[in-house]
Amino acid sequence: MRELIGLIPLIPLLSSATLMLFAGHLSRFAIGLLGVGSVGIAAILTAKMGIDFLGNPEVFKVTLWTWMQVGTFSSDVAFYFDGLTLVMMSVITGVGFLIHLFSTEFMEEDVSYARYFAYLNMFVAAMLILVMADNLLLLYLGWEGVGVCSYLLVGFWYQNSANGYAARKAFIVTRIGDTLMALGLFLLFTELGTLDIQALGDAAKDKWQVGDSMPLIACLLILGGAVGKSAQLPLHTWLPDAMAGPTPVSALIHAATMVTAGVYLIARTHELYLFAPIAMIAVALVGLATSLMAAFTALTQHDIKRILAYSTISQIGYMFLALGVGAWTAGIFHLMTHAFFKALLFLGSGAIIHCLHHEHNIFKMGGLRTRMPVTFWSFMIGSAALAALPMTSGFFSKDQILLQAYQVDGIGPWLWFGGLVGALLTAVYSFRLVFVVFFGQVNTEPDKDTGWRMVIPLSLLCILAMMGGWIIIPVTQVFPLAVFEHPAHWVEYVSIAVPIVGVIIAYLIFLGGQLKVDVFTNSFVMQKLQQFWFSGWRIDWLYDQLLVRPYYGLARALKLEPVDNFYRLVVTISQTFNQWLSAGQSGQMRRYITSMVFGLIVLLAILVRAS
Amino acid sequence: MEGLNIPLNHILLIASLLFVIGMLGLMIRRNIIFILMSLEVMLNSAALAFVAAGAHWGQPDGQIVFMLILSIAAAEVAVGLSLVLQVQRRFRSLDMDSLDWMRG
Repeated sequence: MRELIGLIPLIPLLSSATLMLFAGHLSRFAIGLLGVGSVGIAAILTAKMGIDFLGNPEVFKVTLWTWMQVGTFSSDVAFYFDGLTLVMMSVITGVGFLIHLFSTEFMEEDVSYARYFAYLNMFVAAMLILVMADNLLLLYLGWEGVGVCSYLLVGFWYQNSANGYAARKAFIVTRIGDTLMALGLFLLFTELGTLDIQALGDAAKDKWQVGDSMPLIACLLILGGAVGKSAQLPLHTWLPDAMAGPTPVSALIHAATMVTAGVYLIARTHELYLFAPIAMIAVALVGLATSLMAAFTALTQHDIKRILAYSTISQIGYMFLALGVGAWTAGIFHLMTHAFFKALLFLGSGAIIHCLHHEHNIFKMGGLRTRMPVTFWSFMIGSAALAALPMTSGFFSKDQILLQAYQVDGIGPWLWFGGLVGALLTAVYSFRLVFVVFFGQVNTEPDKDTGWRMVIPLSLLCILAMMGGWIIIPVTQVFPLAVFEHPAHWVEYVSIAVPIVGVIIAYLIFLGGQLKVDVFTNSFVMQKLQQFWFSGWRIDWLYDQLLVRPYYGLARALKLEPVDNFYRLVVTISQTFNQWLSAGQSGQMRRYITSMVFGLIVLLAILVRAS
Repeated sequence: MEGLNIPLNHILLIASLLFVIGMLGLMIRRNIIFILMSLEVMLNSAALAFVAAGAHWGQPDGQIVFMLILSIAAAEVAVGLSLVLQVQRRFRSLDMDSLDWMRG
């Protein structure tokens, strides 16, 4: 059974290859069957491995073949299987399967049906390689693989050049992080002589002391990679634009799986981070800053997918915060529950967009509660989990993160307070979305209702988003046991109460109307602040000024080839001399003689003077 | 040696005069035959200077060099005239300037 682990990424990969090569010869039904079925088989195999693992929790490693060997460096194509891998694989294949099923209905009228599933299957394969990899090099292969698939899927509707731009932006911005991560890998290899993740931990224990500068640099470089992939500050700008892709893609790649790869990477290399406390604090601060920034931005957006995108950025910020305070289990737990409820929300928004002629603006929706009941309940449950209302899955994971953040010496209470502000905002913006879209008067009438291929994934994800908090993830062997003292009771009560307060505020403003905020929001300062938040804190503008425009200027300057101009000058000079000299060679014998004579006279005169 | 006793300076003056005449001929004349003749004049002016110098110092070297110049002049004329013949045959002209397209 263990050897079959290689099949799990292989089956979606083969299906992807088949879809690419034989797209023209397959019926739409066959394409759907292949695309969904391959991920389904992978999900069944994963479930089987999971059941085996829970019965007999034994970590194992399967080496398939040696990938490359150069001098002392060798890298295997090897898969490592432990509790963390299992959690990630379950999320990828399980949620991935539901999203594939949803896609068959969402994309049914699209001409590029086969291309869509080819990319989506390839993505699943790459993501599985990423989480199953035994060494960082193979992980990097999967890491780049998901990046390519993300690019292809964001720009899926490439006929619109704006989508192509969004795809390029997603690719290039994450590339900055990837470069940092590659540098980190080089550094780790030169320092510790291996890239096997388990061996790295052992080698670090031999060679490094806590607080050394080398682990700090390596961990910060890896953090750079994670920040790029997981859309954290300052490399988060690609994710809102990546919403140009089909909505199920946003659900799978930009909510449930790929963007959490950074969280997985840091959790996987947590043994290295233990040697760099400063890097851990950096992770926590990046996470907290991002989660607050994105939450404020999400408050002001009116594109349904952009709200969800910023909320994803914000939630991944929470995961980073968890990783930074050493609450790895809580971070991975939040990763899982977030995958459930955010996939649910994205699929729900996909259903709305599908039934409302690709309408994205939430203020043109409204009153959909009675028109689309399944979607309404999906959104209610998803938003409740996102806001971390008690008894939903998000409650359990976010509560753990906040309480463990509180435990940190020194800055702990501040981290907790920041997280709490974020939680309040999360509750407000997520229920603003629900109240505006599903209540009030009907602005656009949906022209169809969701079919069974949408209802089944939504329902299953509803159950997961509600009940996911009761799952106990089997990662006790992976992470060191957190020393967890229960903080004072009031801390816990406040953590529970804040999201409820947020929901009530959202109700009073957006539905009940008891809270009149118009005077407040129409004031000059608030208008400016709203614009500032709406533009994503003008970070895109900042990058445009700092990087894009200087780059264009440089490109324009280089277009004139300044270096070549120097060499052109040399050419011009020698050509001028050539013209002068060749003018002298006229073929006129008499002129030659005359010039020789005068030359001789001059020479003679000089000689005579000299003597 | 008795008899004619012309001062060296006079002879050198005549030799320089001949040399300059030949040189001016080279610079001015367009006909190839005249150019060859001007060359002969120049060679002979040099030879004259040698002979005069040899006589003045009573040395035989001057006359030896004269004979060398004579043979060089003969060889030069042989080559030069054959070139003239070829030029005349090919281009039906002895004008030196009309050959400037060769860029020699």
